[in-house]
Amino acid sequence: MEITMIAGGIVSLFGSLFLLLGALGVVRMPDLFNRIQAGTKATTLGTMLFLAGIAIAEPSWIPKLLLLVLFIIFTNPVSSHVLARSAHHAGIRMSDRTVADHLAKAIEQRGSENLQSDGQGAAEVKLKGGER
Amino acid sequence: MGNMLFFASALIALAALGVGAIRFFRGPDTLDRVVAFDVITIISISLIAIIGFIMQRSVLVDVALVYALLSFLGVIIIAKFVERGL
Repeated sequence: MEITMIAGGIVSLFGSLFLLLGALGVVRMPDLFNRIQAGTKATTLGTMLFLAGIAIAEPSWIPKLLLLVLFIIFTNPVSSHVLARSAHHAGIRMSDRTVADHLAKAIEQRGSENLQSDGQGAAEVKLKGGER
Repeated sequence: MGNMLFFASALIALAALGVGAIRFFRGPDTLDRVVAFDVITIISISLIAIIGFIMQRSVLVDVALVYALLSFLGVIIIAKFVERGL
């Protein structure tokens, strides 16, 4: 009993260190996109370790904690993706050291393709934009 | 001994909450604040679960689950709003 408590405590201590590092990354990173990376990946791992520590110390809670961990695994990347997409769409500047912006290139390419296909594609795009 | 480790990790998570709040109050842009809010809510989920463990109440894990759901929806909706309006 005592040994499981100590093992779980050590695991959740590691998890809380990851949470602290993630929060520090959110404060220290130069750029919104870097902040999203720091604030989502590190905190996902931190929460998983934290809840795993609780699960080691209290085995009867494992189903509920597993549900919580699965929920976090599935939703956290989604929210990170949506945030990054909306930031790119809103035209937030990247830091000066950014070397690649593939999404901007892809959007540009798609726009030129629509222009080439005798205006019909562009009209379709406009219609879709209106529906949204 | 084991309980002390859990208390220590809860305190470190609380410190992480405070550090995330710095970005929440400082953040120059709306989306910076949203990212900080996301981090704060994820840390709060862990904190609610560990408070439930220390108090030996398994109901608080359910509270953490509902909190995770609501915070996820909140982040998605605010990001949509920033992208192209509601």
